[in-house]
Amino acid sequence: MTEDTFRTETRAWLEANCPPEMREPVRTDADVCWGGRDQSKLTQPQKDWMNRMGERGWTVPDWPKEYGGGGLNPAETKTLREEMARIRARNPLNSFGISMLGPALLKYGTEEQKKDHLPKIARGEIRWCQGYSEPNAGSDLASLATSAEDKGDHFLVNGQKVWTSYADYADWIFCLVRTDKTNKHNGISFVLFDMATPGVSTKPILLISGYSPFCETFFDDVKVPKENLVGTLNKGWDVAKYLLGHEREMISGMGLGGGSKNPLIEGALATIGVDHDGKLADPLLRAQIAQFEVRSKAFAAMSERFIDELKAGKAHPADPSMMKYYGTELNKSRHELMMAAGGSDALEWDSDRSDGGAAPRAWLRTKANSIEGGTSEVQLNIVAKRILELPGA
Amino acid sequence: MPLYLNEDQQMLRDAAREFVGEQMPVAHMRALRDTNDTTGFSRDHWKQFAEMGFTGILIGEDHGGLGLGHVEAGVVLEEIGRNLAPSPFLSTAVAAVAALKGTGAAERWFPGIVSGDTVAALAIDESAKHRASVALKAERSGNGFKLTGAKQFVTHGHVADLLIVAARTSGSANDTDGVTLFAVPKDAAKLTATPERLADANLAARIEFDGVEVDADAVIGEVDAGRSPLDRLLRAGRTGASAELLGVGGGAMDMTVDYLKQRKQFGVPIGSFQALQHRAAHLYAEMEVARAAVLKAQQLLDAGDPKADAAVSVAKAMTGMATTLAVQEGVQMHGGIGMTDEYDIGFYMKRARVLAELFGDANFHADALATAAGY
Ligand SMILES: Cc1cc2nc3c(=O)[nH]c(=O)nc-3n(C[C@H](O)[C@H](O)[C@H](O)COP(=O)(O)OP(=O)(O)OC[C@H]3O[C@@H](n4cnc5c(N)ncnc54)[C@H](O)[C@@H]3O)c2cc1C
Repeated sequence: MTEDTFRTETRAWLEANCPPEMREPVRTDADVCWGGRDQSKLTQPQKDWMNRMGERGWTVPDWPKEYGGGGLNPAETKTLREEMARIRARNPLNSFGISMLGPALLKYGTEEQKKDHLPKIARGEIRWCQGYSEPNAGSDLASLATSAEDKGDHFLVNGQKVWTSYADYADWIFCLVRTDKTNKHNGISFVLFDMATPGVSTKPILLISGYSPFCETFFDDVKVPKENLVGTLNKGWDVAKYLLGHEREMISGMGLGGGSKNPLIEGALATIGVDHDGKLADPLLRAQIAQFEVRSKAFAAMSERFIDELKAGKAHPADPSMMKYYGTELNKSRHELMMAAGGSDALEWDSDRSDGGAAPRAWLRTKANSIEGGTSEVQLNIVAKRILELPGA
Repeated sequence: MPLYLNEDQQMLRDAAREFVGEQMPVAHMRALRDTNDTTGFSRDHWKQFAEMGFTGILIGEDHGGLGLGHVEAGVVLEEIGRNLAPSPFLSTAVAAVAALKGTGAAERWFPGIVSGDTVAALAIDESAKHRASVALKAERSGNGFKLTGAKQFVTHGHVADLLIVAARTSGSANDTDGVTLFAVPKDAAKLTATPERLADANLAARIEFDGVEVDADAVIGEVDAGRSPLDRLLRAGRTGASAELLGVGGGAMDMTVDYLKQRKQFGVPIGSFQALQHRAAHLYAEMEVARAAVLKAQQLLDAGDPKADAAVSVAKAMTGMATTLAVQEGVQMHGGIGMTDEYDIGFYMKRARVLAELFGDANFHADALATAAGY
């Protein structure tokens, strides 16, 4: 199919299948569709949009068709994204399965694991969570202690995870466990298991934004079948790192803002107004916004280049760290400026003026961007060592 | 079009890198400065640029050029920047060519540019800060025009064979219309060019037009409608300056990272200190983002995309900010040696400052973006 016909057909299909409600900007957490076994909280338009896209494999357009993907080539994937952006279509399915586990399974999974898990991820049937961090293993993730004892046909898992996003809503977990206590990096394994397995329990943690999207997760004699080991025993660190690269890629996208409207500029104009020259009446804020916009637009070009280079196999393996660092710091400064533009309106915790509290909560949520998925400091360490090849401290 | 260089462009980059790196390394500009060279660049090297086809890089094959685009011009400019090579390439082969292209004046001036015989300079600025206003007057006189006024920051203006001059043929200084662009030959009477040495050791002229008479065919494009060729000139010049800045910033960064690996204090390389590692890694990220912004602007410009104007401002502002950081961190991380004339890093700081100012600084372009976005 030529690019033009693909674009025309895609445009027509999206026009016919994307419900009007799914073309409105996401305002609150409830607007984000995560799929999963329990779909009782999803609205009908959310379900329709997720299912229609899922059937075509377009929730994961560039995955192979046999695993529930769309089988699209890079150019077609780009076209699909552009056409979705054109009608401001929402993401049909948010999923750690798509952005993190999927790529890792495609690379390290057995044929059975791929056939079993990937199509369910693509269709939003199973919601995944990430069991990496522990109370004493954050930036120094490889010091994790949750143990998995070999019991012949299964592992017996005991320990505690922390900061597990949405563990209380997730159906399955991809989890790092220690299978050899004598070897730090080469004693870790990567396993998958159902959160309904006996012995798994979760406890939500309240955040400064007022939400509690993440949990403490406890494992008490949890039986994990051996076939749920991904990759080689004790070599889970490779899988974990590969997955982190994809996680960082996804998080870096946050620096892009989104949509054709610019809420920062519109918000500032609405609360502050313009002077007799038609310029924002707070010249210092105007200057700060303008400088931010330069960086933001340059970063949009960087993201495009990054994706193009990834697809062509030209990206440095540590580039996602650079992108994650820059994108998340940028996103934080965007929300600082949005708070400055909103003034006292943006401080109201629940009112209409703050979009039901979306403004202050989103501002606070962005502060985690430079912590989750590896802190900014850790990303800078990686760039310094692996790209600039500076000597080890 | 993917946002990286294709194979042909990479080959061109390798050729430019080898030539500029070998023939015009930083030592070359240092020698010109130390001998108080009054031309400001080497005519021999300019001839060699012509032999390699670089002078005609943006000129169509029908006029004997290579018929390439702004991506390719930028590839050459980045190497010029990396080596701080004094060259009229940006003003002549990029900005002036963009102004002349598609006008009747092209026939007259392109052959000399392609052959390396003609050097062009841009008489655009009238104050110490780049602005859109044009006050220099051009009045009809006989079958031509008489130019009265002054320009400044005209790099190579004192040795140029051709001056591209923005003049006002009607209206007042801040009007968009009423501007006419002229191609003024260097030997025009009543024109005085006074070269001044800049901080980076290059020469830029202040030029007085004391009733300079030119023929009607000196007009580039149409009378009163000079904004169109002037905008072409500025888009090309700004994009080119961004590419050169990228070279300056990248060169400074590479020198600095190298120094971090060599220099030992407290018994270890200073590059093992995390405080410096983080600053170096941050700088790398800024430079990479700037690089993407420049390529985006070049590609949009080559595609004739209406979004090019905004992308050009983003590129000029972003490279201005990133390169300024690169040279400042460069001098600081070199410590005392960074302040010495003997060491090269200081030259990068000076060159970056000049290029950041050329065709509008980061604030000018951020302001332009804000105004275009309606705030
Ligand atoms: C919103 C959110 C969602 C998350 N979701 C998940 C999830 O789903 N699953 C999961 O497993 N984890 C998740 N995390 C955890 C996250 O990955 C960790 O918080 C992160 O890796 C940092 O670890 P830490 O919190 O233990 O901080 P620490 O490692 O204790 O770091 C404290 C400070 O020290 C700095 N520091 C540490 N080491 C170095 C060093 N070598 N050099 C310089 N500075 C250093 C850090 O940058 C930071 O500033 C989430 C976190 C957040 C905030």
